[in-house]
Order: sequence, then structure tokens, then C-alpha cells
Amino acid sequence: MAANSERSPPPFPDSEEPELLEDSDEGADAFTGTSISQMDSPSPDTIRPPKDIFSEPPEDISSDPLSNINSDPQKKVDAKIPSPSSDEADLFSEPLDDDSEVMSSPEVQNPLPDLLNEPVEAPKSGVLGGPPVHKSSSVKKAVSAEMFGDDDDEEELFKEPPKVVTKKPQPSGPAVDVFTEVKVKPQAKDDPTDLFTEEALTAPVPKPSASSSSSRTNGVHSEEQDLFSEATVELSLDSPRNDRKKDAVKPPVSAPAAPEASSSSRAPSKTLEELEEEESEDKFDLNISVTNPEKVGDGMNAYMAYKVSTQTSLTMFRSKTFTVRRRFSDFLGLFEKLSEKHSQNGYIVPPAPEKSILGMTKVKVGKEDPSSAEFVERRRAALERYLQRVVCHPSLLQDPDVREFLEKEELPRAVSTQTLSGAGFLKMLNKATDAVSKMTIKMNEQDVWFDEKIQDVENEEQHLRKLHVMVESLVNHRKELSGNTAVFAKSVAMLGSSEDNTALSRALSQLAEVEDRIEQLHQEQASNDFFTFSELLADYIRLLGAVRGCFDQRMKAWQRWQDAENMLQKKREAEAKLLWANKPDKLQQAKDEIAEWEAKVTQYEREFERISATVRKEVIRFDKEKARDFKRQIIKYLESVLHSQQQMIKYWEAFLPEAKAIA
Amino acid sequence: MEGSSAEAALSVSANSIRITDVTQDGDVLTFAIASQKLNSSAGVCVFRMYEDFDWLQQSLFSEENLPGLQGIIFPPLPSKALPSQSNTQTKALKQLGFLALGQDWQSYCKALEFYLQQVAAHPTLCKCKALDSFLINSESPGKQRGRKGIFNRLSQAVEEMRKESHKDVDNFFQNERNKNTNLAASSKVATEKLLDVVMTEQKLAVACGHFATSLHLCVNQDDAAAVAFSKVCLKLSDVIEAVKRNYEKVASNNLSTLGLGLDLESRYQESEKEMLFRRTCKLIELETVKKGTEKAKANKREVMEAFQKAVEKEFNLISSVAKQEIERFHSSRVKVLKTFLIGWCELQLNTAKEFAELYSQHLEACRNMYSE
Repeated sequence: MAANSERSPPPFPDSEEPELLEDSDEGADAFTGTSISQMDSPSPDTIRPPKDIFSEPPEDISSDPLSNINSDPQKKVDAKIPSPSSDEADLFSEPLDDDSEVMSSPEVQNPLPDLLNEPVEAPKSGVLGGPPVHKSSSVKKAVSAEMFGDDDDEEELFKEPPKVVTKKPQPSGPAVDVFTEVKVKPQAKDDPTDLFTEEALTAPVPKPSASSSSSRTNGVHSEEQDLFSEATVELSLDSPRNDRKKDAVKPPVSAPAAPEASSSSRAPSKTLEELEEEESEDKFDLNISVTNPEKVGDGMNAYMAYKVSTQTSLTMFRSKTFTVRRRFSDFLGLFEKLSEKHSQNGYIVPPAPEKSILGMTKVKVGKEDPSSAEFVERRRAALERYLQRVVCHPSLLQDPDVREFLEKEELPRAVSTQTLSGAGFLKMLNKATDAVSKMTIKMNEQDVWFDEKIQDVENEEQHLRKLHVMVESLVNHRKELSGNTAVFAKSVAMLGSSEDNTALSRALSQLAEVEDRIEQLHQEQASNDFFTFSELLADYIRLLGAVRGCFDQRMKAWQRWQDAENMLQKKREAEAKLLWANKPDKLQQAKDEIAEWEAKVTQYEREFERISATVRKEVIRFDKEKARDFKRQIIKYLESVLHSQQQMIKYWEAFLPEAKAIA
Repeated sequence: MEGSSAEAALSVSANSIRITDVTQDGDVLTFAIASQKLNSSAGVCVFRMYEDFDWLQQSLFSEENLPGLQGIIFPPLPSKALPSQSNTQTKALKQLGFLALGQDWQSYCKALEFYLQQVAAHPTLCKCKALDSFLINSESPGKQRGRKGIFNRLSQAVEEMRKESHKDVDNFFQNERNKNTNLAASSKVATEKLLDVVMTEQKLAVACGHFATSLHLCVNQDDAAAVAFSKVCLKLSDVIEAVKRNYEKVASNNLSTLGLGLDLESRYQESEKEMLFRRTCKLIELETVKKGTEKAKANKREVMEAFQKAVEKEFNLISSVAKQEIERFHSSRVKVLKTFLIGWCELQLNTAKEFAELYSQHLEACRNMYSE
């Protein structure tokens, strides 16, 4: 069942392609035909062939360290990704119609009690395995088309098929991944190589749960969106674990689990290297702006509504541009939904801006006073940055809630945020987990990378805090300077007015004007400093909190695993005692318990590996984002500084003749 | 100060007077004053302390054979600097204003230099023997004479309150007094405000410095991403460093030109005020004498009338000198302000251009930075 649900997703991502590329090619049709026929008849005969395929290879392959197989098949699958642009792409687009069926198929198969590992293949066979030759060849073609340019590379074809087969026994986690990633592709369509590297990177890292990924893919169908997202959320909460348990219980299935673990542990190192090569400028075609803050209502019930405009060519959205109105608590609600779903899996969920009761009260009560205008602008900018961060995250972008937030006209009112702001919530969460982990968890870190990274993050947070203080004082000094310049301008004007000498008087009043303009420049610069650095640093301080949160999640997973190990140990001792005491009646029960705990240990270990890999990937991604973000801000800052310097030159150049004209 | 040599003109050129160096020994600042002989290419260098400047000023105040001395606008001598009390920075700032700023008393020296030049360039004061000996004698001039100046600032302050509002008989002086009060006040305010601006600019520069230094803490060479981030941080640090230097430059420009100019202007206005006040005092004296003469009995009347005449003559002399002085002062202060304004504007313009160039270089470098 686990494998079922995990396997099933592959068709979904493809399913959006039909929306994207409306052109249906011959090849595509051919494929649809086959696939649909297979889908329609989930009967034994379609299931059989894959089974056969499976039955032989799995043992040998899984027995030896799947390492190269792991990486290879993924690439193969990846190869499909760029294909959308080619004719073969349409091949994949067809399964769309099937996905609902595929979704249902696992359920159909679930009832089959002992077939547990067979059904695993069933859906796959429907989509991938059914016409294995077809498939591989099409894949081949796609690869060759994209990568090598020449259409029929026979050698390749031959090399691949075995791998395609081996793909099936593989734990499917990675495969799912690849497919979820597929959706990101369309956006970068123009740059296939780029895409490719990215897929390669992301693919190896096993995604948290198949169901959550399927939920994302489901979201594509806008009509079914709600239904599916609901359903899938539930799935994600309990199904993966159940699946795992079942996996673990069955020895044959636990075999595939091992390769996953190995693949996941292998994957990070791979991603590390590949990340470096990654083209950081992924053509991210999604512009979100938060504009037009507007006060709605009166008195203490008033709130600010913001216009959230999205501009994108991503095909996952219904149109290229759309606009919705959202209020602040909606943003917090989004954060909470995301954090609930994703932070447990080790994702860094960008924290939403903090709720400010003081600031908001001012806005509610106050008229048009500058401090509340500043507050509103500051919050607007913060919300914009928040949304941009969310959609920048490839996995979060796929979340149906995100899309709903951006697209849907009316959102159900977010209730829980009213008393607790997102950041406050996060803080509490962090504090709680911190406290707990500090007290109870003495994790002996075997992974040097994490050891160092955790330390780094802590140091960095301190540094950023320090920097933030510095920038704050810088901004304050700038504001002070602007104020002082204004006063000076006034006093120069006074001096000019009491001056007898006409030329000098004129020059002085000109000077007063110049100083007034310079004051404006200082003011602009102060707000530039504030928004480019102060807010950036504040954001990153909170983001680092989120990073620590995901380290904590990893630690919790570790703790769970360790607890399970200990429990297993105890059970084994109990069994030994029973054996010694010769109590066969209880022995069976003990054995069952051991089996159960062994399964749990494996499961928890896998979860830990999985979360470690995710955290690792996320942190690397975060670091890259951070460097890019800072670089962007520096450029922005320099541009503003340069601009004001050029203005300054203009002012002085205008003033110089005035000074020279003094008789 | 032998009366015989009063006619001797100053033997050094006023424009060549420079304060070339200053040394600090505890609480005492010693200034090296160099000047050029008028009739030869030889230079003279003497060492003077603030007490010597004060002696010079008092000597000028008490110059005996100058008619209408009280009508002269004396070039203002900056008040005494107390270098050892560096902990009372705010106090020094209050007392000296701009002159307390700048490295190594540079602006203070500039102000003293300007004082000497003004004295030497003054048509009447330059003939004063005290100045010559101050500039040429390698021996420090006597200090004991310094204290007995005719103008005691403390008593003056008390009297000022009473006499300042006294109505003038001459419209010209009445107007001048009104204008002077305005200008003195507003130039003082402007100076203070500019001082605030400069102080803030300096604080800003310091804050930039801290920021730039702290950015170095973020440097981490652990992995590729960290290295990339470190590079960004270092770049930012450079940029902020540039911003810092920009502000330092702007602040020192403000200080060395407009700041000094406004400071001088405000002190000169004070000096004019003092002159006008002295004249007002004389006027009041004359009026009381007149009243006395009217009330005086016949036997004393003659004496009183003679006395009144003498006072009247003195007052008229003072007034005429004052008129000349005021004219001279107006034209010279406009010139001085003009030079300061132009110098200031040019410096700021150059600085702005220089840093605009630097920023665009940084910008270019940033855009090209690690574009993987």
C-alpha cells in the first residue's frame, strides 16, 4: 500500500502538461491508448507482466548496494523532464486522465491482503511498466533529443531498459520526487540544461511522503483541488507511517527500504557537489507583489487588506496574472498551514511577519500620521518578501494552500491566528522544542556536517543580530542626520533673510534649498538602509530560527529512533529471559513484539535519514538563497547610494555658480 | 609697548602668516607660527602658547595711541582650548564649537591663523607693536600685562543687559545694532546646527565603520555556499567602508570650510556687537554728562562743559571709526563667506563625484560577482 501510494503520483505531474501543451502528437496518442487500456483494466493480466519483471530483478539488485542504480534511474527519469518541450513530452501528458484512476487503483488493490508487495508494482506497471519497452524507448528518445541532439541513439536504448526495470524495485521515494519536480520544470522550459541539473539535484533526495507529493500534484486540477488537498493532507499525516510499518513488517519489502536509506545517505553528498554546479539563476518566472494596503472597517475591528498580485507564466496557475485581496491574518494562516504540513518533514518554512498589536492599534485608531503610514508600508514590504520567499521554495510552491492563497477569490477566515501570530507561534514552538531537546536529548552527532552546520547557524544568528543592531543604529543616525539637515536648512534660510548683501542673501536661501533637498536624500537613504538591510537582517534572523526549527525536527526524529532502538533492546532481553525461563506460550508474543519494534526501528531510522537529507538539502538551499538575496540587496543598496550621490552632484553643481555670484 | 614705534608698519606680510604645527604637552598647546618678512625672502618662525595670543589681544584692546580705539571691530580670538579635558568632549564642543573638532586641533589652528591674518591685515591694528613682537620675537612676550585689559567680559555681560536696549541717536547705528543682533543670533544658530550635522555625519561614519567591521565576523570558509555568502559580506563591508569614508570626507569638508566660515562669522558678529556696545556705552556716558552739565551749578558748569566736549569728541571719533570699521567689516565678511562657500561647494562636489565613481565601480563589481 505504501508503495502504491508512492508509486501512483508519477502520472500526476505529467497531467498538467496537457494544460500546458495542448498539441497532441501521434506518439502521445499512441501512449494514451496503451496507458488507458491498462488503466481501464486493473485486472491481473496487466499486473502480471510487471510482476514478472519485478520478481526477478529485485532480489539481485536490491541485494547489492543499489548505489549506481539509484542514481542512474533517477537521471533517466529526469531525462523525461526536459522532454515536455519535445514531441515526446506529450507522451506524459496523457496519463493525466488516468491519475484519478491510478489514485483509486491503490485502494482497489489494498483489499488484496497478502499481495501487498505485488500491488506495489501494479500502478507503476499501468503507467510506466505496462509498456516497458515503449517507455524506455520514449524516455530514451527524450533523453537523446534533449541531451545528445540525435533522435535514435540505439546504444542508449539498450543500456537503459535494464535500468528501467530496476527502477521498479526501488523504493519509489526518489521517483516521486522527480515527478514532483517535474512541475517546476515548465517555468524554466526555456533553459533545458538548467532544468536538468536541478532535477538531478532534487531527485536523489527522497521526499518526505509520497502522499504529500501527490497532494501537490492533485492540486493541479483546480476543480478537485479542495477535495484532494483535504484528502491528501490526511493521507500525509498517517498513511506514510502506516505504510512504513507494513513495509517493515514484511521482510521482502524491507529490502527495498534499505536501498532507500542508502540512497538517501548517499544523496546529500551528491547534492552537495551538484549544488555547487547548479545554475543559481533559475529562471523563476513568478512575480508576486503586495500592494494597495487598505483599511477595511472601523474601530478595533478594522483591518488592513492588501492586494496580492501574481504575474507568472507557470502553467500550474490558471492565468498569467491574477489578483486577490488578502488580510494580514490570511498570511499568518498560510504560514500556519505550511508550517504544520512541512516543518515536521525538515523543510524550512519561511516565517510570516510578526503581528504587531501596537502598530496595528495605531493604524486602527490613528488618523494619517506618519508613524502608522510607515508601519503599514513596512508590513506591506514584509508580506511581499514573505510571499516571495514562499514561492521561491520549490516544494512549498507546489502546496495547494499556496496556490489557493494566490488564486482563490475568497479564503476561509483564518481563525487560530487571531491571538497568536505566526512568529509568536514559531517562537513558542521553538522554545518548547528547544527546552525539551536540551533537557532530554543528548544527541551524539555522527554527521560532522550537521554538527558544524548547527554551530554555524547559531553563530550566524548571533552575528546577524549584531549586524542588525548596527544597521538599526545606522538607520537612526541617518534619520538624525536628515532631521539635523532640515534644521540647518531652516537656520540658513533665517540667516539669509537677515542678510543685507543681496547676493549673499540669495546664495544663502539657495543653500537652504539645497540643504532641504539633501535632507530628502538622507531620508530616502534612511528608508533604503532600513528596507534593504535592517529588514533583510530581521528576516534572516527569523529564518535562522526556522532553520534551527528544522534541526530540532531532525533531532526529534533521531530521538524517536533511539527510543525505538532502546525499546527493541528491552524486548530482546525479555525474549531472552523467556527463552531461558522456557515459557513458550509467551515467546510468540515476545517475538511478535520484537518484530514490531524492529519494524519501528527501521521505519524511524528511515525517517531520520529522510529528514536528515531534507534538512541538509534545505539548509544548502537556504544558504544559497541567502547569498543570492544579500547580493541582490547590496546591488540595490549601491544603486540607491549611487543615485543619491548623483543627485548630490547635481545639487552642488547648481549651487556653485550661486556661490560664485556673490559680489 | 613703546609709544615711539607705534607708526612702524608690520614687518611681515599678513598673508604669509601660517600656523604650521601644534604640539601638545599636557594641558598646554604650543603653536608654531611662520611668517614671511616683507622686505626679504627670509621666514620667521616663533612658538607661542594660547596665553601669548591672549596677551596680544589684550594689548590690542589697550593700545594707547590709537584714536577711536573703541570703534574698532577687533578680530575675535577663539577661546582657550583645554586639550587635557578630553573626557569633557561635550563641554569643549559647547565652548569651542567647530574648533574642538578636527584632528590634532587642525581647525583650532586654522582659526588662530585666521585671527592673526585678520589682525595683520587690519589697517589700524597692524601698526601695533605688540603684533610685531608677537610674530617676530623668539622670546615669549610678557604675560603679566595681559590681565589688565580695559574690557572685562564679566562686568560687560551685566551691563549689556541694561544698556543694550538703549535707543541710539544715530539711525545708522540703530539699524546696524538691530541687524547685528539678528545676524549674530542666526549665524550662531546656523553654526550650531551645522555642527550638529557634522557630528551626526561623524557618528554615521562610525556606525558604518562598526557595521563594516561586524560584517567581517560573518566570514566563514566552510563550504561553497558559506564562501559565497562570505564574499557577499566582504563586498558589503567594502561598500559600507566606502560609505563611511564618504561621510568622513563630507563631515571634514563641512568642518574645514563652511563650519569654520560660519564659526568665524558668528564670532565676528559678536565682536561687532561688542564694538557697538562700547559705542553705546560711550553714548550713554555722553548723555549722562550732558544731563550733568545742565544740572550743574554755574561754578562747575565750565568744567563740565569742557568735559562734555571732550566726551563728545571722543564719541564722535569712535562713531566715525566705527562707521569705517563697519563698512570694512561688511565687505570683508562677504568676501570671506564667499570664499568659504565656494570652497565648500567645490569640496563637496568633488567628494560627491569621487564617491559616485567609487560606488559605480562597486556596483559593477557586485553585478559581476559570482554569477554562477
